Amino acid sequence: MDSVAQSLSSVGAGAALELRGVTRLFGALAALTDITMTVLAGERRAVLGSNGAGKTTLFNCITGDFPPSSGTIRFFGEDVTNFPPYERIRRGLRRTYQISSLFPGLTVHDNVYLACRGVSRGRFSFIRAHARDALMQAAEQLVQAVHLTAVRDRKVAELAYGQQRQLEIALALAGAPRFVLFDEPAAGLSPTERQELVVILTSLPQHIGYIVIEHDMDVALRVVESVTMMHNGRIFKQGTPQEIESDPEVQELYLGVGHG
Amino acid sequence: MALVERPPRTATAAPAWTPSVNPAFALVAIILVFLPAVASDFVLVQIFAWSYMLGIIALSLMFLAGYGGMVSLAQITLAGLAGYLMAILGVNGQPGGLGWPWGIATLVAILVTMVFGAIVGALAVRTEGIYMIMITLAIAAAFFYFTNENYAIFNGHTGINAIPTPHVFGVDWHAPVPFYFLTLVIAGLCWAAVSYISRTPFGLALQGLRDNPRRMAALGFNVNAHRIAAYVFAAFLAALGGVLLVWSYGEIAPGTISVSAAIDILVIAVVGGLGNPIGPFIGALIYALLKTFALDFLVAVGLDGNRYRLLIGLGFLVIVFWSPDGVIGLWERWRRRGETSQRRQGGGGHG
Repeated sequence: MDSVAQSLSSVGAGAALELRGVTRLFGALAALTDITMTVLAGERRAVLGSNGAGKTTLFNCITGDFPPSSGTIRFFGEDVTNFPPYERIRRGLRRTYQISSLFPGLTVHDNVYLACRGVSRGRFSFIRAHARDALMQAAEQLVQAVHLTAVRDRKVAELAYGQQRQLEIALALAGAPRFVLFDEPAAGLSPTERQELVVILTSLPQHIGYIVIEHDMDVALRVVESVTMMHNGRIFKQGTPQEIESDPEVQELYLGVGHG
Repeated sequence: MALVERPPRTATAAPAWTPSVNPAFALVAIILVFLPAVASDFVLVQIFAWSYMLGIIALSLMFLAGYGGMVSLAQITLAGLAGYLMAILGVNGQPGGLGWPWGIATLVAILVTMVFGAIVGALAVRTEGIYMIMITLAIAAAFFYFTNENYAIFNGHTGINAIPTPHVFGVDWHAPVPFYFLTLVIAGLCWAAVSYISRTPFGLALQGLRDNPRRMAALGFNVNAHRIAAYVFAAFLAALGGVLLVWSYGEIAPGTISVSAAIDILVIAVVGGLGNPIGPFIGALIYALLKTFALDFLVAVGLDGNRYRLLIGLGFLVIVFWSPDGVIGLWERWRRRGETSQRRQGGGGHG
């Protein structure tokens, strides 16, 4: 509630995410240079670019996995630049990982339960949760929502690849997400699974905005209303999917290679 | 009706969340409770009570390493600190013992040890893997040399002796059978507590940290705070083990908390198995048996009795080579093999 009040009272109330001059250096290498972008609440955007363009580094800066070397990041109006990742997550930011980042030694249900517990009170509870506990129920529903009920008591290490990708998304949707960063959610999925993914993304509640990094244009351009192109750690082009698709420079740099 | 009509076991019945009584555990519990009827005082105290005490300290390491993925060599140090504090605050044979009542001395000793555990944890969780082992080893070595050299508080190399075991309810708890039951009950409670906590939000989060700390942070968990809390709980367990050790020996000296003792705790936990809270107790029993009988065994086969550590080391090597997850891992594989062969026999018709 605090963060909602803060975001309403601040200047950029309509923006979910505001980046100002975000730069990230790894030694002498600039992985990100002077990124300035605003994503509105509920907006859905794709970040495109070739390998090494800085897309995942951008995500890592937004979530706080790596702090930016300079620049500021605001989340719903609140300056979160120096917040540790968990403080940003508790304010409604979520992310998925390009390579599934799960808890292989725990069951599917326990994975989702941890995700639900992480954004609510009682993280340090020494009392076992009852099956009728609200968070246990919430975890159960999420497991159902990503079609994993049949394997809910299996250890994640035993799941098929596609199931792990579904679980990856379930973890990011636990609690009350306000903005989600999807890092190549379609990577390694079959064409059918990609269709399911498009359905999952487009059927998210309207107020949940997201940024999706995706190499598959058929997926990316169907689930977003705006596109940011990155190249060598800089923003190269921004626009609607149609504008980006028809932009000659973009075609030469990225789409031409991608479709070839 | 309720007896006959059981609800159908569906996938949503959550078997993992309900405690189940394993018949093997029930059998072991019965044997341990009735052991004093048949076993000698020597076996009760020198083998079993000692195993329970070492097991509790090794359990504190199992909790950190098995659930949290954090290997600490400072658990015997925490146990020793609790023992020293209880000795210094309470009644002992040295001039300068504060002579507090044993209950208060013990309580304060355990609480201060938990605070020290938080400090050790706060230092250790800044690192991972081999660096955490090195930091905790450094703490263990530093505390050992400190107690060894410091005469004002710790009475140096001699340590502190003539520490009485409390008499409560008219029972002399230092007598073999009462002491056996005291250690059995406390070890049983520690085992039950760790088993219970492994399925609580705190315990699950700890296992999440073991598997993937970065994702835990990305789910809203304060990774370091959780790890430090785990160190505090582990320090509580180690402190209980340390207090019992002092009551058992009636003394505490630097030898109890030497670096080789720290490694023994690691060996016990690894040999027993880090995957299950019963593992450390199995490891401790094997260790106590080897340490007690290896010398006699070596002499009997015509070898130098002083080489008993060699036998312990060989036993360690054999178990770890055979089963990296310790004796408990062997048991689980054997049980699973039984299950799969059953399934093959029973389910053959279904293809």
